[in-house]
Amino acid sequence: MTTNEWPLWEIFIRGQHGLSHRHVGSLHAPDAEMAIKHARDVYTRRNEGVSIWVAKAENIAASAPSDKGPLFEPSNDKVYRHPTFFDIPDEAGHM
Amino acid sequence: MYAQMVKSTGQGVKPREEMSPQERAFQDRIDADQKIEPKDWMPDAYRKTLIRQIGQHAHSEIVGQLPEGNWITRAPTLERKAILLAKVQDEAGHGLYLYCAAETLGVSRDELTQDLLSGRMKYSSIFNYPTLTWADMGAVGWLVDGAAIMNQVPLQRTSYGPYSRAMIRICKEESFHQRQGYDIMMKMANGSDAQKKMAQDALNRFWYPSLMMFGPSDKESVHSAQSMAWKIKINTNDELRQKFVDQTVPQAELLGLSIPDPDLRWNEERGHYDFSEPDWTEFFDVLRGAGPCNTDRMAARRNAWDDGAWFRDGLMAHAEKKRARAAAAKTAAE
Repeated sequence: MTTNEWPLWEIFIRGQHGLSHRHVGSLHAPDAEMAIKHARDVYTRRNEGVSIWVAKAENIAASAPSDKGPLFEPSNDKVYRHPTFFDIPDEAGHM
Repeated sequence: MYAQMVKSTGQGVKPREEMSPQERAFQDRIDADQKIEPKDWMPDAYRKTLIRQIGQHAHSEIVGQLPEGNWITRAPTLERKAILLAKVQDEAGHGLYLYCAAETLGVSRDELTQDLLSGRMKYSSIFNYPTLTWADMGAVGWLVDGAAIMNQVPLQRTSYGPYSRAMIRICKEESFHQRQGYDIMMKMANGSDAQKKMAQDALNRFWYPSLMMFGPSDKESVHSAQSMAWKIKINTNDELRQKFVDQTVPQAELLGLSIPDPDLRWNEERGHYDFSEPDWTEFFDVLRGAGPCNTDRMAARRNAWDDGAWFRDGLMAHAEKKRARAAAAKTAAE
């Protein structure tokens, strides 16, 4: 049917000061203002947030699962990017 | 649980040798406890079964507001009213988390709503029973939410990522529901004779319908076997029912109330309570639509949808007007 369905919004909540906004789910609302009001009711009933972002779901671009290899595998063989790759004598102190 | 008799393929578990390489890789991921995410490839039947299950679960949360909504204006104190209001609002929230999980599988919210209103999709049988006294608010929280938790806790580990995340959120909130119900029961069971009688009467009426929530035995069910292989069902109905009885009987004893089952007794050998099965004819009648409140519940949902149409359309029109005004102001400024 979908005569006049409210668009879908993705909701991001900042849990505490100092943390990033995190995706918590989605909801339907006619516009951004209402999406924020609904997000407050649906996702912060127990003090879960100090800030809300909403983005229309259709405006979010995502990587395809099939691109997982080309996108993420190249970093597998670059273990030298991790500090534990290097053997530093204890005498050098905290590094 | 809020999903009963969910059909999967009806073929039983597909043997590995009959699987395509894609299906085999999919099953391997599930066996390795990896989560399936919306954009990942999945067998069509997995997608369809999940839509049925999550949709039914969501509908149950929404329809489940009605028996309790009945008592919001009649709660005995302002505090009880505020608590009940918060609980019913949570149920609406749970419905929304679940609809949003279902939507990631490619079905729209309005399609799901239409399927509920047309009777094509079901909701849990339990919500077709009336809530006649305030003690029923206690019984519903204690028993109905208690039974729901039994099923929802293992579902936090379900294979579908969005469903699992919704379940984790719901379980966090659900424990408040059961405790507020038990709190009402404690008050009633320790109150006047009349209150104690009301509490016992509520337990008498909600005991068997709560046992029915788990659905009939599915030891032999081909649907359940496939759903369990996909990890969208974690335990059999009988396992969960037994767990619920074992947990609830001591709680009833603590209240000084008796479970309405003359055959209920501890079985030392099994380490479980033996108990009587509910009347499954009644269960199937309720599912068919012949329960005490089916007509009322569906009428309430249809009215809410029809009476809310002008409001939904009005907000859309207003949003469009605001958007057009903002666009015109921007053009004028350029």
